[in-house]
Amino acid sequence: MAVASPETAIRTSRITRAFIYLFLLLFALFYLLPFGIMLINSVKPLSEITGGNMIALPRDWTIQPWLSAWSTAQIGVEPTGLRPYFINSLMMAIPAVILSTVVGALNGYVLTKWRFRGDTIIFGLLLFSCFIPFQIVLIPMARILGILQIAGTTPGLILVHFVYGIGFTTLYFRNYYAAFPTELVRAAQIDGAGFFQIFWRIMLPSSGPIIAVSFIWQFTNIWNDFLFGASFASGDAAPMTVALNNLVNSSTGVREYNVHFAGAIMAAAPTLLVYIVAGRYFVRGLMAGSVKG
Amino acid sequence: MAATTDTGADFRTRLQTWLPKLVLSPSLAIMLVFVYGFIAFTIYLSFTDSRMLPSFGWVGWENYDRLFRIREWNVALTNLAIFASLYIVISTAIGLSLAIFLDQKIRGEGVLRPIFLYPMALSFIVTGTAWKWFLDPAIGLENTMHLWGWESFTFGWIKDREMAIYTVVIAAVWQSSGFVMAMFLAGLRGIDNEILKAAQIDGASNWNLYRRIILPQLRPAFLSAFVILSHLAIKSYDLVIALTGGGPGNATALPATFMYSYTFTRNQMGIGASSAVIMLMTIAAIMVPYLYAELKEKK
Repeated sequence: MAVASPETAIRTSRITRAFIYLFLLLFALFYLLPFGIMLINSVKPLSEITGGNMIALPRDWTIQPWLSAWSTAQIGVEPTGLRPYFINSLMMAIPAVILSTVVGALNGYVLTKWRFRGDTIIFGLLLFSCFIPFQIVLIPMARILGILQIAGTTPGLILVHFVYGIGFTTLYFRNYYAAFPTELVRAAQIDGAGFFQIFWRIMLPSSGPIIAVSFIWQFTNIWNDFLFGASFASGDAAPMTVALNNLVNSSTGVREYNVHFAGAIMAAAPTLLVYIVAGRYFVRGLMAGSVKG
Repeated sequence: MAATTDTGADFRTRLQTWLPKLVLSPSLAIMLVFVYGFIAFTIYLSFTDSRMLPSFGWVGWENYDRLFRIREWNVALTNLAIFASLYIVISTAIGLSLAIFLDQKIRGEGVLRPIFLYPMALSFIVTGTAWKWFLDPAIGLENTMHLWGWESFTFGWIKDREMAIYTVVIAAVWQSSGFVMAMFLAGLRGIDNEILKAAQIDGASNWNLYRRIILPQLRPAFLSAFVILSHLAIKSYDLVIALTGGGPGNATALPATFMYSYTFTRNQMGIGASSAVIMLMTIAAIMVPYLYAELKEKK
C-alpha cells in the first residue's frame, strides 16, 4: 500500500462543508445532552426539577444531592448511600483486572511465540468465550459459587470476572505479540534464555501499550457489569451498578431525582475518568474487540 | 560428570518444551469447565424438570415446546427482532455518516471524536437512568417543550406499550453509534489516497468516489460492526432493566430479561435454561462463522 495519509483526498464545496459542520454539531449535542442535563440537575434542589425546566441552570446551587447519594441515601433497606458499594466495585474490579491481564499476557505469549499443534483450536475456544451470552452460564455458576461458599461475596464476583475476562485479554496480547519479531525470541533462546526469562526481559518491556489497553478495557467492562452483580451479589456485596439501579428503581415515597443523578454520575465517574485520561487506549481496546488487532 | 550435565540439560530442555503448554493449561481447564462445561450443564438442564433448583428428571423437548407457547417469550422474540434490526441499521447509518463527515479535514475533530464516543465508556445502567428521566413525559423532554410554550408537543413513548421498545432503541443507539463511528473512521483512514486522486483526475464525482471506491473498501468494517452490534443486541439486559424494567407490563421484555425472570424469580429453571440455549444458538450462528473466517485468514 502506498503511503496512506490520515486525511481523505476528497474535496468538498463550501455549502457542503457548512452542512457537515451543522450535522456534526447537532450530533455532538445529541451525545452531550442526556448526560449534561443529568449533571445540571444533580446540583438543583428537588423543587426546581419537578416544578421547572430541565435545561435551565439551577437558581439555588446545592451539593446536598451529592452528599446524600454518597452517604445517606436509602439503598435497599439501609440508608448507607452509595459509598460502600463504590468500594465493593473497586475491591472487585482491581484484582479481577490484574489477574485476567497477567493470565492473558502469558497466554498471548505462548500462543504466538511457542506455537504447537492445535494452538489455533485452543485460541478459538478461548475467543468464542468472549461472545457467549452470559445467561448460558448463570445457573451452573450460581451452583459453583454456592459450593465454593463464595456466593454473594466480592471474591465470588472476582472469580467470575476473572474467568470470563481471560478470553478478551488473551485476544489482546495474542494480536499484539503476533506483530512482535519472533527472531528476537529465537536469538534469546539460542543465548540460553528460558521461557520466563524471555517473557520478563524481552516481551514485557515492550508491552506497555497493550497492558494499558487490557487494563482499561477490563476495568470498564467489570465496573460496568450489571448481570453478574445482580445475579451473584445482591445485598451488602452488591457492586455500584446494582446499587444505583436499586436507588433509582425501588425508592419508596418521593423520587429524589437529583440524588439519582448524582448517584448515576458517581457510578459513571471512574470509567469516564479512565476514558478522559487514556481515551486513545480505550479506542484501541474497542477495535481489538472486533477481533482484528 | 558429563553424564549428569547431560541429563540436567536434558531435563531443562524438556521442561522448556513443556512449560508453554503448562502455562496455557490452567486457562484451558478454566474454559473447559466454566464455559463449555457450564454450557453443557445448562443444555442438559433445559431437558429436565428443574424448577427452583436443578433437578434431573428428563422431560425431553417439553421445555422448548412450552417456551414457544409462552406469550412473554414471543413478545421477547418480536421485541428482539425490532430492537436488533433498528439498533443495527440506525447505529451503522449514524456511525458511517459521522465517520465520513469527520474524515473531511474537520476543524475540531479532536474535540468532536471523544464527544461522540464517550457514551461507550458508561454503564448501561447509567445510560438507562439518564434516558428514563429524559423521556419521562411528566418531567423530561415533553415537560420542557410545554414550558417553552409548545403545548401540543407529546412524547410519551416510554409509557406506551406499543412504542416503549423504540425508546430502548434510542438509548442503545446513543450509547454505541460513536463506537461504530470509530470503527468506520479507522477503515476510512486506511484507504489509499492515491486511488482517490487518480479517480478524481478521471473526473469522478464525490458521490461516485464513495459509492464505487470507498464504501466497497469498508466491507470489513461493515462486517465487524454488524457482528458486534448484533451480539450486543442479543445480550442486551442492563439497559432494559434500567430504562423500562421490561415494562410497561412486559412490553419491552427481551430474551435476556425473560431468561432471568423465569430462572430466578419465577422458579421455572427448565424453561429459563431452554431460553438461554436459544440465545446461545442465535449468537453462535453469527459468531462461529465470523470467528472461523477471521482465524483462517490470519494463519
